[in-house]
Amino acid sequence: MTFVVASPSLSVRGARIAFGDRVVTADLTLEFPGGRTTCLLGRSGVGKTSLLRWLAGLLPGTERAQPIAYMAQRDLLLPWLDLLDNVLLGYRLRGDALARRAAEPRARRLLAEVGLGQRLGDRPEMLSAGMRQRAALARTLCEDRPVVLMDEPFAHLDAVTRLELQDLAARLLDGRTVILVTHDPLEALRIGHQLRVLSGAPFSVGPAIEPPGPVPRDPADPALLGLQGRLIAELRSTPGSTP
Amino acid sequence: MRPLITAIGLLLAWEALAWATGVPVYILPPPSRVAVVLVERFDLLMEQGVWTAAEMMLGLALGLILGATLAVVFAASAGWRRWALPLVIVSQAIPVIAIAPLLVLWLGYGMASKVAMAALVIFFPVVSTLYDGLRRTDPGWLDLAQTMDARPHAVLLQIRLPAALPAFASGARIAAAVAPIGAVIGEWVGASAGLGYLMTQSLARGQTPLAFAALFLLCLLGLALYHATDRVARRLVPWQSSQGE
Repeated sequence: MTFVVASPSLSVRGARIAFGDRVVTADLTLEFPGGRTTCLLGRSGVGKTSLLRWLAGLLPGTERAQPIAYMAQRDLLLPWLDLLDNVLLGYRLRGDALARRAAEPRARRLLAEVGLGQRLGDRPEMLSAGMRQRAALARTLCEDRPVVLMDEPFAHLDAVTRLELQDLAARLLDGRTVILVTHDPLEALRIGHQLRVLSGAPFSVGPAIEPPGPVPRDPADPALLGLQGRLIAELRSTPGSTP
Repeated sequence: MRPLITAIGLLLAWEALAWATGVPVYILPPPSRVAVVLVERFDLLMEQGVWTAAEMMLGLALGLILGATLAVVFAASAGWRRWALPLVIVSQAIPVIAIAPLLVLWLGYGMASKVAMAALVIFFPVVSTLYDGLRRTDPGWLDLAQTMDARPHAVLLQIRLPAALPAFASGARIAAAVAPIGAVIGEWVGASAGLGYLMTQSLARGQTPLAFAALFLLCLLGLALYHATDRVARRLVPWQSSQGE
């Protein structure tokens, strides 16, 4: 377990995201509580990913407020590096050999924690999709940044693997400020301390929903399933994207 | 196996055609005659073959190094891209055959002009494939690198370049296939040794079977060079070849 001291909250004040004439959101004010996981829900095309990329400073002309770790839908492991080197990628790319050597024990430990301790020298092509996404999770955590942004990180996986990875992520991300984009209400309810629903064009953000109990929550919990029903109804009542 | 049978069939047909029509040997020698010459003049053919092989390999090495360097420079620097890339593309409009006499004039009848010729033919496919590969890096990787505060040269060397290696490998394969063209054109224009030189000399003296034998050896050389390059190229991108197997 990696301990993160006092992860900061993240606040957005009066933000505007637009691609040319298409305004994704205007005058957006939003607070992401520190040390907690906030899940952003919404229908496809509403602008969840744009918001996340904006926060990550990945949109043209934007700069991010603080260091973040980013995990995408695809594992983005480099096929020519073994798992250990993939997990240490950030240190390689920053060219800091000293920090890299210092981080190596943590990379090994993280890979062990995600169940890949025996596969350090394997290249990604030798692993299943679930294993690769677990390695990507280890890489994200190895960056050891207080804010973690995740863009539908488990969307590609089969149902059972997805549940397992949600449990793992909830455990390992404990204490960090996490913003996770998903279109799966159950996923949001399982691992989010707080849920926000994005709707409309330009989108606005609904009130914070805080399901009871610690994360990861039991998917069979009747209260959770009740909430899921309500969330789905809410998502269905919002207009979908017009391509 | 099947292509081999086809080839043998064609050779037999050629042999039959030569005997049936009674065409003079100096116009179209039958394969059997070429084979005899191949054995009789083996020493001469090998001597010239080694010379041409050296030209091809040196040209290939030079072309690959120059092409790869320029592709990386283009990918790394917008200035170079703007000032020199159009020139490289336009330079391809010049027929290589047209420059061959100039190269011989400048570099002499020896090996240098042929190496330069081969390198010149190889250079462009290498630049264009590798540069293309460097431009087409998976944007997801670049995003990831950006969130990691990567240094630009580290992104080039550790992500964009390895990601472009499959493209470079195809460029190198094309280069290996065209390297013999460069070397042989150089020899035709003006040389004192090599298989291309041997061909022009023997044709001028009516020794057509020897010219065919030289041609046969040239084909073997080209194939060998291609397969050697292919093997090295595969080794360069092990993560791709193991997916393909």
